[in-house]
Amino acid sequence: MTIILNGDRVEVAGPLTLSALLVHLGVDARRVAVEHNLNVVKRASYDSTQIQDGDQIEIVNFVGGGSTP
Amino acid sequence: MNETLVIAGREFKSRLIVGTGKYSSFAVMQRAHEASGADMVTVAVRRVNISDRSKESLLDYIDTRRIALLPNTAGCYTADDAVRTARLGREAGLSNWVKLEVIGDEKTLFPDNEELLVATRILVKEGFVVLPYTTDDPVVCRKLEDAGAAAVMPLGAPIGSGLGIQNPNNIRIIREQARVPIILDAGVGTASDAAIAMELGADGVLMNTAIAEAQDPIAMAESMKLAVQAGRLAYRAGRMGRRMYASASSPLAGVVK
Repeated sequence: MTIILNGDRVEVAGPLTLSALLVHLGVDARRVAVEHNLNVVKRASYDSTQIQDGDQIEIVNFVGGGSTP
Repeated sequence: MNETLVIAGREFKSRLIVGTGKYSSFAVMQRAHEASGADMVTVAVRRVNISDRSKESLLDYIDTRRIALLPNTAGCYTADDAVRTARLGREAGLSNWVKLEVIGDEKTLFPDNEELLVATRILVKEGFVVLPYTTDDPVVCRKLEDAGAAAVMPLGAPIGSGLGIQNPNNIRIIREQARVPIILDAGVGTASDAAIAMELGADGVLMNTAIAEAQDPIAMAESMKLAVQAGRLAYRAGRMGRRMYASASSPLAGVVK
């Protein structure tokens, strides 16, 4: 299936959970925040969040910054 | 002098808040943070680089037991984007504090105060502690305060410009009317700028570039710590009045003639 991951179209084998997606991407779940179709997903819900074809996922973390940009 | 900065009921030992951007390395940043004495630092929320996961994490270089993280919404141009980013920052940092930025112009990075107010109202309703970055406009600061902002963060000059405080009188007026802490944010270039901000009555100063782009960021961080302390002490001491002409400080009587 195709998902929109951080703005890019990405092919992944699906369906899968958000936890499985993070493992697949090699992302440490403790240091990121995830938005699923514009809603922030609580860390406790990663296992129960099902990713469907066409879903929009944003995975963010903290980077250095004071002000814009 | 052990009076502390209190924002939304939380106490900070330092009145200096520093950024985490533009440093030559995380190691230099970490030493500059130590030298600054700051116990709150701003961080940006950005997309994880999916294709390159090799990079070090910023958080390996911040002692979060001692230093509070203040996620910002830097780079957002609409209230919607800023609200989304704030929510993500809350989840990533497990804290409901946000330095709210909604930019209105790419060249000056001046805030879009209309969108800023909209985002402030939404986030306050959602339980965030909102610290909005705003222009040095007393009316906007009052509106932000009325909207529930926990502090107001007027700029001294454009972000990263190092021009110092361009309109000291506005900061003075904001001081006179504000019932929430004032954090002067942006425009500081060197230590005297930070001292002036504090002498004008700011409760704190936030800076990034002035430290990160100094020839010696660690020494500059320490100078900022001292400047903020000196400026605060001078504000509390109450400066002398200004006179047009000289006023002798030695007795006029008994001069040898």
